[in-house]
Amino acid sequence: MSRFLSHALPILTVVALIVGLWYLAAIALNAPWARDQATRAGVDLSASELVADTWSQDKPKLPAPHQIATEIWETTAEKKITSKRSLVYHGWITLSATLLGFVFGAGFGILLAIGIVYNRAMDMSVMPWVIASQAIPILAIAPMIIVVLNAVGLSGLIPKAIISMYLSFFPVVVGMVKGLRSPDAMLIDQMRTYSASPAQTFWKLRFPSSVPYLFTSLKVAVAASLVGAIVGELPTGAVAGLGARLLAGSYYGQTIQIWSALISAAALAACLVGIVGLVERVVNKRMGFAR
Amino acid sequence: MKERPDVTKTPVIAARDLSLTFETNDGPVHALKDVTLDIEEGEFVSFIGPSGCGKTTFLRVIADLEQPTGGTITVNGQTPRQARLARAYGYVFQAAGLLPWRTIGRNIALPLEIIGLSKEEQAEKVAQVLDLVDLSGFDKKYPWQLSGGMQQRASIARALAFDADILLMDEPFGALDEIVRDHLNEQLLALWARTGKTIGFVTHSIPEAVYLSTKIVVMSPRPGRVTDVIESSLPKERPLDIRETPEFLEIAHRVREGLRAGHSYD
Ligand SMILES: Nc1ncnc2c1ncn2[C@@H]1O[C@H](COP(=O)(O)OP(=O)(O)OP(=O)(O)O)[C@@H](O)[C@H]1O
Ligand SMILES: [Mg+2]
Repeated sequence: MSRFLSHALPILTVVALIVGLWYLAAIALNAPWARDQATRAGVDLSASELVADTWSQDKPKLPAPHQIATEIWETTAEKKITSKRSLVYHGWITLSATLLGFVFGAGFGILLAIGIVYNRAMDMSVMPWVIASQAIPILAIAPMIIVVLNAVGLSGLIPKAIISMYLSFFPVVVGMVKGLRSPDAMLIDQMRTYSASPAQTFWKLRFPSSVPYLFTSLKVAVAASLVGAIVGELPTGAVAGLGARLLAGSYYGQTIQIWSALISAAALAACLVGIVGLVERVVNKRMGFAR
Repeated sequence: MKERPDVTKTPVIAARDLSLTFETNDGPVHALKDVTLDIEEGEFVSFIGPSGCGKTTFLRVIADLEQPTGGTITVNGQTPRQARLARAYGYVFQAAGLLPWRTIGRNIALPLEIIGLSKEEQAEKVAQVLDLVDLSGFDKKYPWQLSGGMQQRASIARALAFDADILLMDEPFGALDEIVRDHLNEQLLALWARTGKTIGFVTHSIPEAVYLSTKIVVMSPRPGRVTDVIESSLPKERPLDIRETPEFLEIAHRVREGLRAGHSYD
């Protein structure tokens, strides 16, 4: 218990600090509107009335934490998950594209890394393209991908997953190339003295050596994948998904809705990274890395 | 051991005018120059010489890890490459080189897995060689749970499990303390006497070289070459205190002289 406390206390302190600052910022940002309204109605606001108003506006510049919490609660727990107004429904739409894109992105990244490590021609030719692909802002390509795929009859999940994949394969390629090259020359020579086949050297030396690098890059990749799915939802005409909620919210000035979608996306990202971290710990333990 | 009639007996390792020059940014490095050397079956040959004289390089050429730039070398009458593919030798590197995600037992089993031995054969071999290096009971431990010396012993066990007729060892006991070193020296001699392996052994220690070897190859650097080959007259049976006998000291003296001569070169 005290161990838990000593771990949780610093975190809770920081959270409390952020929430406190947030409430103050909400007062500062929303006060002009409150005063404006009061002047028009010809009433005088006391300080406490002003504060209360800034924390309970319909379309505040910055919604207060409890407003977001209420919105999230109402749109998750109190709505059927099949409802178009349920955040769970939208979250799932985004999550499914995220996971699909992540799995394919990671797989593609690993294959590309193997090619780069084992094939000199690929090493020289592919890496610059991989890096160039990430230099183009995703916001510029996402609509093109959506439009092009729409033209060939693909819409919904697949185009978003492709954008996710586009963002998530990159960290995996970079991490895995480094990981597969991490065993030092002596260990490679050692495999040579056993006259091990290339496949044996891969499975018994290079791949296990790369596992720590793989997990580090998977954590980055899964978060990038979520960003990709959300970005992919922005230009689709905003039908469903967290991205669609963001867009719809900003169309109608529904700041509370925007913020609740944002917070949900952040929480989802944290969960995904956490799950990868959990798998990493299990694998490390089984591989004997845990000390 | 295959018995070969003496007439056709060819050296296990035969180097003729072997040279190896590394092209580096600061110009060529003559790691080996015109090395001519025969190692007969069942010999225990030590290589001794100052740092950079090409001891490791010579072992690596035998092992087909480095390609000579001049001269010829055969291993078991074949090219080093053919010998490597035929798994003719076991190699102990200067560092232990254990894989951190494998237990000691599984590390030792690695080459056996690669050869394709059955699980039972692997287990049997692993237990056998662990006993040989006094590490029985450590097979389930991970490398980081062992001291540096124990790790080095595990790496020797791994090379022994491989069970090739030639054993190449690059300063295997360099990092160990005197007592452990003495002990392993004794065990290595016993193993050599029992199995009749041909051993190539790199060391910086004169007593170690004299104690172990039937033949001591003294080398000198820039360019790396063989300056003296000393055949040992010591009996095959060697208790540790043989190191105080006049005969032993005489050979040690010759090795030291050889090393000095090499040094005065530059
Ligand atoms: N891959 C390489 N590229 C360039 N030069 C090399 C390479 N390997 C070895 N050398 C050089 O070749 C020479 C012989 O090196 P080698 O490692 O064989 O020496 P050594 O006798 O084993 O020395 P030590 O006792 O320090 O281990 C050295 O001058 C070294 O710098
Ligand atoms: Mg060396």
